[in-house]
Amino acid sequence: MNNNELHKVAERLGVSRRTFMKFCTGVAATLGLTGGAGVQMAYAIASPRRPAVIWLSAQECTGCTESLLRSTHPTLENLILDLISLDYHETLSVPAGHAAEEAKLHSMKENWGKYVLVVDGSIPMKDGGIYCKVAGKPIVEHVREAAEGAAAIISIGSCASWGGIPAAGPNPTEATPVDKVLTDKAVVNIPGCPPNPYNFLSTVLHLVTFGTVPELDHLNRPRFAYGRLIHENCERRPHFDAGRFALEFGDAGHKKGFCLYKLGCKGPETYANCPAIEFGDVGGGAWPVGVGHPCFGCTEEGVGFNKPIHALSDVKTVTPPTTFPGIAEPVGTGVTPGAAALLGAVGGAVLGATAMAVKQLGKLEKDRVSDHDSQDNP
Amino acid sequence: MNRRDFLKVAGSGALIATASSTVEARGNKEPLPNAVGMLYDSTLCIGCRACVYKCKEVNDMPSVVRDNEVQWDQAEELSGDTLNIIKAYKHGTGETKNSATDGFAFIKRNCMHCVDAGCVSVCPVSAMIKDPETGIVSHNPDACIGCRYCVAACPYNVPKYEYDEAFGQIQKCQLCNQKGVERISKGQNPGCVEVCPTGANIFGTREELLAEAKRRLAMTPGEEYSFPLERVGSTYTHRAKAAAYHPHIFGESEGGGTQVMVIAGMEHTKLGLPDLPERSYASMSETVQHSIYGGMLAPAGLLAGLLYFARRNTKHDDEGEGEA
Repeated sequence: MNNNELHKVAERLGVSRRTFMKFCTGVAATLGLTGGAGVQMAYAIASPRRPAVIWLSAQECTGCTESLLRSTHPTLENLILDLISLDYHETLSVPAGHAAEEAKLHSMKENWGKYVLVVDGSIPMKDGGIYCKVAGKPIVEHVREAAEGAAAIISIGSCASWGGIPAAGPNPTEATPVDKVLTDKAVVNIPGCPPNPYNFLSTVLHLVTFGTVPELDHLNRPRFAYGRLIHENCERRPHFDAGRFALEFGDAGHKKGFCLYKLGCKGPETYANCPAIEFGDVGGGAWPVGVGHPCFGCTEEGVGFNKPIHALSDVKTVTPPTTFPGIAEPVGTGVTPGAAALLGAVGGAVLGATAMAVKQLGKLEKDRVSDHDSQDNP
Repeated sequence: MNRRDFLKVAGSGALIATASSTVEARGNKEPLPNAVGMLYDSTLCIGCRACVYKCKEVNDMPSVVRDNEVQWDQAEELSGDTLNIIKAYKHGTGETKNSATDGFAFIKRNCMHCVDAGCVSVCPVSAMIKDPETGIVSHNPDACIGCRYCVAACPYNVPKYEYDEAFGQIQKCQLCNQKGVERISKGQNPGCVEVCPTGANIFGTREELLAEAKRRLAMTPGEEYSFPLERVGSTYTHRAKAAAYHPHIFGESEGGGTQVMVIAGMEHTKLGLPDLPERSYASMSETVQHSIYGGMLAPAGLLAGLLYFARRNTKHDDEGEGEA
């Protein structure tokens, strides 16, 4: 493929070649890859054989889709719809009803073993899964069928990853995360409510370019996005370290931008890159904590939708505390030999002088008396 | 020395010895019935230093800055400008909280408000005083002569003298009940307690705090419990999983007991708290002092002894004079 072809792709996507390359390099940077990977990615996207994507929606609110549509890189909606072949998506598909189902089945058959399955929303398992049905069939069956021929499975959003709102107590539908339904398959979790679109996009592009999923953590979240605590990268962290907290919404501390820990911020126990890449591409601290609301913990299993919003988080200290004074801090430089010698000499002199004075006490008197005597009796 | 002199010396010695034994050894002072204090739970502390910040605010003390880099308070020790400090224990990789090996823990250091305080005992001018009602150990700078006996007498290294001031004073935590602050008298909580987000540091009477400490030591590690914030019995609580406590309440009996007590996930010595005998240093030193100075017999004996030696060394002169 040469530059001319890249140019054609850019034309097809309705952006300039330059913008297209910038986008690819940006995605590579989000993934923590080198600049060369951006070029590689551009070629992968330009390839006419775009991977098919089947997007199934279970018990969800479409927030994940909405978030994805609102990524504001130039014409990203065009890019995301064109660089992959989105063959089935309940919100975005052009066909409806039987035609949509048919398109899905057709794509699955065509791309068996090669397509990417994306699931948003949790899966109801109670009563045979009847609480979420698509095309007259419980969603759980759709997911299992589609998973059979998928090259990779991505759970997008907190509901698909951990259960989310539908799974919050009392969980009337037995809402279950995707990886608990597809226990024999590898599932990549992109949690968040909604997840940052770039975390999803970067994972998909990694798949497209290298044919593998990016490095995952113990909860199968991509490490490039969920490798560090929010607390570690938070712009309010210095206030935490200095002990300055907002105690109420709108109080003096809140207005000054103090730490939101006491208002229930879950940043100290939540792994995500929100403070680093923020939301909406507008800059200026546009992410929950940045605009003054405590982190909700949506990317962390058992935190978002489980802990009350006001409840304090368990501070996970991932590195040993270094900015605290130790138990026994050395103060001063200790006694120098010179000072010790001087003190010793002074002490010895005082002792010796006292001893001599006591010894001389009678003697002097005696000498004086004897002198006197000798003068008296010449 | 002739027989007469020997008997004189021996006699006075015996008198001192008998007189001393008549002085009762002073035991530890009993905790006051309404003694107030704080309970610090190292396992709940997250090291946010809100207490350190609030303490400086209440006492209007400046941040300790190192290397002229003004960032935030960087105090490493208690000082004339720092009455309360959070320190960290670190070992090995320092990964697990409350673990003595390869772990870390926080410790809050401030005045322990001893039941039988050494600083109060040694103060020659009663500038260090223990409140007869609350048991708070406070300091009256107007009476203080700056001798710094209290600095030397404290087993926890708490009272600090402002060496860098032209007219330095003794500074120590007075549980926010000092003149001009009087938070306890007003029914408020000490500043450090008021801001603690996790209930790692709570206020209450010594009895309540001891009961709360015992409740925590009896908890099953890993299970979730409610921990009161600010005050024992508060409805404002923090729910957290109980840590594995080291079964010891520091301050229940150490050095005659303290009103500020500490529980933690490891031995107190690792957190820099000293091993102290159950008998307070104040009671020991006062027993010795009151024995020696009982009826001024020992000083009288010492004077007699000195006079004896002076007399012995000048005796020949007297004899000489007599002969002359």
